[in-house]
Amino acid sequence: MRVIYILWLREVKKYLRSRTQVVASLGSPLMYLCVLGFGLGPVFQKAGEGSYLQFMAPGVIGMTVLFTSMFSGIALLWDRQFGFLKETLVAPVPRLWIMMGRTLGGATVAMLQGLLIFVFCLVAGFRPVGLLVLPLAVSIMALIAVVFAALGTVIGSSLKDMQGFQLVMNFLVMPIFFLSGALYPLTNLPKPLAVLTRVDPLTYGVDGVRAALTGVTHFGIPLDVAVLIAVAMVLMSAGAWRFSRIEI
Amino acid sequence: MIRVQNLVKRFGDLTAVDDISFEVRRGEVFAFLGPNGAGKTTTIKMLTTLLKPTSGVLELDGLDPAVERDEVRKRFGVVFQDPSLDQDLTAWENMEIHGVLYGVPRQERRERAEALLKLFELWERRGALVKTFSGGMRRRLEIARGLLHTPKVLFLDEPTLGLDPQSRNQMWTHVKRLNESDQVTVFLTTHYMDEADRVADRIAVIDHGRIVAIGSSRELKERTNTESLEDAFLALTGTTIRDESASAAEGMRQIARMWRR
Repeated sequence: MRVIYILWLREVKKYLRSRTQVVASLGSPLMYLCVLGFGLGPVFQKAGEGSYLQFMAPGVIGMTVLFTSMFSGIALLWDRQFGFLKETLVAPVPRLWIMMGRTLGGATVAMLQGLLIFVFCLVAGFRPVGLLVLPLAVSIMALIAVVFAALGTVIGSSLKDMQGFQLVMNFLVMPIFFLSGALYPLTNLPKPLAVLTRVDPLTYGVDGVRAALTGVTHFGIPLDVAVLIAVAMVLMSAGAWRFSRIEI
Repeated sequence: MIRVQNLVKRFGDLTAVDDISFEVRRGEVFAFLGPNGAGKTTTIKMLTTLLKPTSGVLELDGLDPAVERDEVRKRFGVVFQDPSLDQDLTAWENMEIHGVLYGVPRQERRERAEALLKLFELWERRGALVKTFSGGMRRRLEIARGLLHTPKVLFLDEPTLGLDPQSRNQMWTHVKRLNESDQVTVFLTTHYMDEADRVADRIAVIDHGRIVAIGSSRELKERTNTESLEDAFLALTGTTIRDESASAAEGMRQIARMWRR
């Protein structure tokens, strides 16, 4: 437990210290929020769907959590050649603990980052139905964070060099975001898109956060949470397995 | 302290370590010399439980690294070729985490960390982030950290690569002093002959995965009829340059070098 705790603490400490990194990673979600939020707002309104900002803010929160948690996992690749990972891999502790500490730390950081964006959403004019729903929204954000930090660990443990990184970015992270219903409603989609959105775990995450914060939902919170927990368990196991096989 | 017998490691068709045998005595400073790709790092990785041998016998303090992994891990400290410090944490925090990972009790952890940081002349900078440290300071910190859990063996894989002569000199002075005062067995690899000549009690020259000679610096010179260890080394391994095929790690190392400037 102490080992998991200190590795978790390490990730959080590093996050709180790296101010430039925090600011830099806020860039793209803020751009989505402002440019798309206000740019597409009038069209959305005309289509009779209400406020677009209100609709997409949970999506942007989900996106932030997705990006941050995936990066923390993929950073493993760099870390095992030039970083601290090697030091932990020769320590007399089970790899599972190391993987847990790291992944949970990455997930916590992603959640904090998501909360930060949530505050920016409030500033931009987003209004949740109440403050009491906040704990529920944060719990769902935590689930999203664990799912993708674990996925990042699977990928980071499997990649051999940095070339694969771009591949993962373009063919995995971006599609996960665009197919998640973060930017558009899931109703009346063309059949193929409808199917793809339903296999994307982030869809359930965004839907859950949206349900908690605005009361609008497609699947309902119980299903969202159930799917996220199931996927998190599968990916954590896969991550633990891949991590145990890392050779340096 | 270390016993290696008929050790073989194959990666597919490539035989990285080809039937080597040697012994390192307790309290000895033992150097592994060899051209690039000779199998030095692979041997260290097997001794430090990171790779499993294809065949052969390995023993560290009487234990098999492949079987009693965690027990073996408690008995050695290691400084890898590539840095393994957390640059965004302070020197003290790096020591703390190491202590927790190795289950060193709090009181002892603090005392040892303080003593080691003082010994390696880093105590004044304990609260500074590692990224503000020079190359020499980072190496010293890595060695100090590797010694925190009072290991019996210290592995140093090309620890002076990229350091200036002053830092190299200072580093070896510290290592030598520790070896004498605490009887820590030191197993090192290096490309610098003068270092091996100066600090090592015995030297093994390894080439193409095989040990071609083993003995003290003087013995190697006598055997090859040469004046310096460098000449002896060249006489043993030839003068052809080894082109190490670019591995994934080597590619990343190049990018890392670019970013460091």
